Amino acid sequence: MIKNKSLVSINDISKEDMLRILELAADFEANPDQPLLRGKIIASLFFEPSTRTRLSFETAMNRLGARVIGFSDPGVTSATKGETLKDTIKMVSNYADLIVMRHYLEGAARYAAEQSPVPVINAGDGANQHPTQTLLDMYSINKTQGGLDNLKIALVGDLKYGRTVHSLIQAMSYFNPTFYFVAPDELKMPQEYKTFLDEKGITYEEHRDMADVLPTADILYMTRVQKERFSDLMEYERVKNTYVLHNDMLSVTKDNLRILHPLPRVGEISTDVDQNPKAYFFEQAKNGMYTRMAIIAAILGAKE
Amino acid sequence: MESNNSKELKVSAIKDGTVIDHIPAQNLFKVISLLGLEKIPNAITFGTNLESKKLGRKSIIKVSDRFFEDDEINKIALVAPEAKLNIIKDYEVVEKRQVSLPDELTGYVRCFNPKCITNHEDITTHFFVVSKMPLALKCRYCEKVTTEEHMVIE
Repeated sequence: MIKNKSLVSINDISKEDMLRILELAADFEANPDQPLLRGKIIASLFFEPSTRTRLSFETAMNRLGARVIGFSDPGVTSATKGETLKDTIKMVSNYADLIVMRHYLEGAARYAAEQSPVPVINAGDGANQHPTQTLLDMYSINKTQGGLDNLKIALVGDLKYGRTVHSLIQAMSYFNPTFYFVAPDELKMPQEYKTFLDEKGITYEEHRDMADVLPTADILYMTRVQKERFSDLMEYERVKNTYVLHNDMLSVTKDNLRILHPLPRVGEISTDVDQNPKAYFFEQAKNGMYTRMAIIAAILGAKE
Repeated sequence: MESNNSKELKVSAIKDGTVIDHIPAQNLFKVISLLGLEKIPNAITFGTNLESKKLGRKSIIKVSDRFFEDDEINKIALVAPEAKLNIIKDYEVVEKRQVSLPDELTGYVRCFNPKCITNHEDITTHFFVVSKMPLALKCRYCEKVTTEEHMVIE
């Protein structure tokens, strides 16, 4: 499947590969102690700080028994001396069996994968792609709903700039979902994604108010509504509380509803939700580690 | 026929070579630059701001003793989607061709996204043509779509 291949974009992997990764992730969750990559070296190159993603990846690498080299702060690298990404990748690929890279520029991961003789996993390239996030979201959906088919998925918040929601609708489009897009006018789902869904014959509805969709949703995927995304600050002040989830709103929801969030959350899920069994965002983050173990093991050929 | 031709052709005829017709007048120099015509030693004549029923004002370029491969010439469809080629041998038009944009484009066009890696390192751009009319080019790297309105040719 994805052995020896780079994972740059969610569009790079087939439905079969996605399902296989989810199976492998379940296997790692059931049995996390599988040091299959002893003797391997993995480079973890974070040209932009991202504590959450880096810790998840590096824990996955360590659990698999690999050794980890790299940096978490680009300030200490020769990039600050003006070294090109190409040269950094050419150098590191001499040492490591696999490169995991986060970069602030969009397209950096595709370029690195072209330059590198060893596979590259994209851990986020600017606002573009973050495929392992999508796969861990799918793993969480699959695990909590007992499958991926025919689900009603509500996406709430910043649907214009949020790369996680864009990748998620692309990946979930294989499984006949119904989407509810809940966003303020300024942050609505861009037309290109709606066209994509139209072409695939997938149903979606657009709403301004979360309350419209809470009683029917199976998955509530929350994202941050960031002040800096608004051209009109009055509009931000007017809508900001509309996209905050409180515990008392969950009484009308279905028993199987689960709340996901790519984290970090900054107020859009009230802390009174945390104790509700429908809150799933911390488990979701933990699932990320198993999903990344599965992806790394598959790419390095430790699991077929 | 002879007299008709001489009325229409305001630029002198060539013996052998390629005539590129129906170029929007304002894009003449972009076509010259895309084809690198300013760097070749061949005799080249061109006319611009000629009347055209289709385009209003058009340009025409005649390159002597030069014949273009498809992948070489098709990129001018970026700025001259209606361009027609007449291949001339011994003063006769032996072939007519319409340019058509290829499915993928490398180089020439810059990605409009300022945060795209191609605008920060020395990388040849690479686009997938997702729509020819209106023009939409999806960057192989940042996956953003550059439209005609934002297109800059290097």
